[in-house]
Amino acid sequence: MEELPKPDEMFEDIDHTPPDEEWEKIESPITKGRFAYPAKDKNLQIMEFRTPGEWSPADEEWPLPENWQEIIYEGFRERLDKYRSLKIFMDTCVRCGACADKCHYFIGTGDPKNMPVVRAELLRSIYRKDFTTAGRILGSIAGGRKLTKETIKEWFSYFYQCSECRRCSVFCPYGIDTAEVTMMGRELLNLLGLNINWIMEPVANCFRTGNHLGIQPQAFKEIVDFLTDDIEEITGIKINPTFNRKGAEILFITPSGDYFADPGTYTFMGYLMLFEALGLDYTLSTYASEGGNFGLFTSSDAMKKLNSKMYNEARRLGVKWILGGECGHMWRVINQYMDTMNGPADFLEVPKSPITGTVFDNARSTKMVHITEFTADLIRHNKLKLDPSRNDKFKVTYHDSCNPSRAMGLLDEPRYVLQNVCNHFYEMPENTIREQTFCCGSGSGLNTEEVMDLRLRGGLPRANAVKHVHEKYGVNMLACICAIDRAAFPPLMEYWVPEVGTTGVHEMVANALVLDGEIERTTDLRFEPLKNEEDEADE
Amino acid sequence: MNVSYLYSLLAVVVLGLIAYAGAAIGLEVLFGIIIPYLAVLVFFAGFVNKVLDWAKSPVPFRITTTCGQQQSQDIFKQSKIDNPSTTGGVIIRMLLEVLLFRSLFRNTRAEFNGKKVSYKWVVWLWLFAFLFHYSFLVILIRHLRFFVEPTPFFVKGLETVDGMLQIGLPGLFLSGVLLLGAATLLLFRRILLPKMNYISRPADYFPLFLIIAIALTGLLMRHFTKVDIVQVKELTLGLAAFHPGIPEDGVGGNIFYVHLFYVSLLFAYIPFSKIMHAAGIFLSPTRNLANNNRMKRHINPWNPQVKIHTYEAYEEDFRDKMKEAGIPVEKE
Repeated sequence: MEELPKPDEMFEDIDHTPPDEEWEKIESPITKGRFAYPAKDKNLQIMEFRTPGEWSPADEEWPLPENWQEIIYEGFRERLDKYRSLKIFMDTCVRCGACADKCHYFIGTGDPKNMPVVRAELLRSIYRKDFTTAGRILGSIAGGRKLTKETIKEWFSYFYQCSECRRCSVFCPYGIDTAEVTMMGRELLNLLGLNINWIMEPVANCFRTGNHLGIQPQAFKEIVDFLTDDIEEITGIKINPTFNRKGAEILFITPSGDYFADPGTYTFMGYLMLFEALGLDYTLSTYASEGGNFGLFTSSDAMKKLNSKMYNEARRLGVKWILGGECGHMWRVINQYMDTMNGPADFLEVPKSPITGTVFDNARSTKMVHITEFTADLIRHNKLKLDPSRNDKFKVTYHDSCNPSRAMGLLDEPRYVLQNVCNHFYEMPENTIREQTFCCGSGSGLNTEEVMDLRLRGGLPRANAVKHVHEKYGVNMLACICAIDRAAFPPLMEYWVPEVGTTGVHEMVANALVLDGEIERTTDLRFEPLKNEEDEADE
Repeated sequence: MNVSYLYSLLAVVVLGLIAYAGAAIGLEVLFGIIIPYLAVLVFFAGFVNKVLDWAKSPVPFRITTTCGQQQSQDIFKQSKIDNPSTTGGVIIRMLLEVLLFRSLFRNTRAEFNGKKVSYKWVVWLWLFAFLFHYSFLVILIRHLRFFVEPTPFFVKGLETVDGMLQIGLPGLFLSGVLLLGAATLLLFRRILLPKMNYISRPADYFPLFLIIAIALTGLLMRHFTKVDIVQVKELTLGLAAFHPGIPEDGVGGNIFYVHLFYVSLLFAYIPFSKIMHAAGIFLSPTRNLANNNRMKRHINPWNPQVKIHTYEAYEEDFRDKMKEAGIPVEKE
């Protein structure tokens, strides 16, 4: 990884003044540190995608197939025929500029091609030239542009500098969704064999092993056993979750990030403790051991392949409904794609909480409930014994993950849960939360080390809002419901606001949750004392 | 500095001169009858063709942009308009978008102040756009007077309101001034704001200059060169009744033909330009669909069959390890 500037230097260095030269004439800066490593053939082979062999984006000549222009043209045509949204998004933009400064990557880099409008123009200019009457006749006067090898490099650069967060879409007067534009751009690149490994390896892993990280079934069980040992040490209670158990009432699926590395693991422990407190009849699956879906960042077909495991496993195990853990893009797939792609889930029942009897009518077709919906309902019905004072050392703020907020509208449930398990909760400024929330800077498969500079810049708007509440209220904990957030925030906070930690909502729940027969807790789930030393001295 | 607006300006000026000269050398029939008819034809054919082309592609997924709380348990108040789950909610959301430019109203400006990034609500773009579109609409309706006889009551009513300032004779219409003002502000915004200047292209400036030219020639005709309104109306009513003819006594100045030519150009230009946003907004999937995905299954007409890695294949790969770890398997 390249040497990073100091935070102040990076901040002061950001310049939003547009360059003198038109963006059409600027070559894309594909230099080390500005691109993610390309996908390896072995991963592409598993997914039966085109394999370009060993290459680097830094190479002068890219390994494009002989008929690459034809592939792009045909691919574009096919997608225009398949998606009305693509046609509308290509035709209706008036370049009003409302989206320009809504993108976290533009705010953090100042690179004009990171304005959503220009990012979409990268594709639109080719569309105009090849698919519209005005563009065919008038060419560049009508905003058309010839497809060249440089265009492909530019697409690779900028469609992998978009985290598909959809913030710009909130502000667009026509609802143009840059995420869909980026997805189409990435699909076209995929047709040429150009992908990034940070996405393709998880896709291939998930396809064969059941989860992004390639954790095999016995290892999954070992990890969970290890986490239950920790829970026992903290609470005195040994939990024995089941795996692939037929006849369980509920199948619980969460992103593999939750059981792979901290701080996600604490959230995973939180789920297990909650289920234990309820005596819930649930099972984990090693086959569907991934909630996330990096297929979403690859192609529609890849997404469908990976997503199919959820319903197939639910059917095989004979469960009644599915409960889903804290993950951002996982819920975009579940809310906006799953039922359409792999439904109907007519072999499942409309989800009903066995504890409160609440029927989750808003999930009556998909039959999958978000854990914060489930927990909020428990709290509302007073089914949990909670001691929020065990979270008193935390001053918590909440980061709305892009997808649950703008692709679902899950805004109040996690807040309700947090406010019931923590005594100190503070909101960030209103233009940075809820549907206007900022991405962590690492979404859509960009949370890889080699683009750390981009991630820190893209995460600046979020981090800066955290810094604001840190300075104003002493906030020291950033809660979220996204596994990518939990992986991305620690380095982001370390860089911009080092005093603030990262947590999942259910880690906070489990800290406060009083289990029947538990020993007196002296530490939180991280084996850290319940109170800070200075706080104890105050008392 | 991007000076592409100069090309558009030049184009509009040249086109205006062509019409002026054309009318001067006796091509009234071309500029007064043939081109307007052609323009309207191109407009309708192009417009319908474009919309049908959009409609030809399916909406495979229900991808809305949710801008508020979802429908959930009753303790969480749903944002029924910004995150609608019913058709009624969608209709209100669309009405607010189409009539009041709701999303644009949210606009903020990101600013770096010291070590802080702040986001200020800014209303200007919304305000200019609002004035621009509504004054245009009022002018369009007012012009019905030229195509319908007798003049409909609502046109007269609108004229009364529009002319309430009672300046000059004939009275100055507020809408004309507002259109000119708003279009000019939108133009200056594009030229002077660095970011806007950077993303603007001839296709952005051309329609603005064209509309400014339409407004200018309109005001010029009404208040300065004073065209012969009776003759003009004879011509336009003739067009509307498909009995076209050029009035024998002329229309009182060739500026009229310039105005008409600009309007014709605008009409013909619409289907091939970004002005199609006017129709596009109605079909925008992120706004015109309900976020009821988990309640009601959306059908994708081309839902593909994909090759999946089945549980059986997975168990084949890991059976021994699973058995050893005590994880149940299908085949012992």
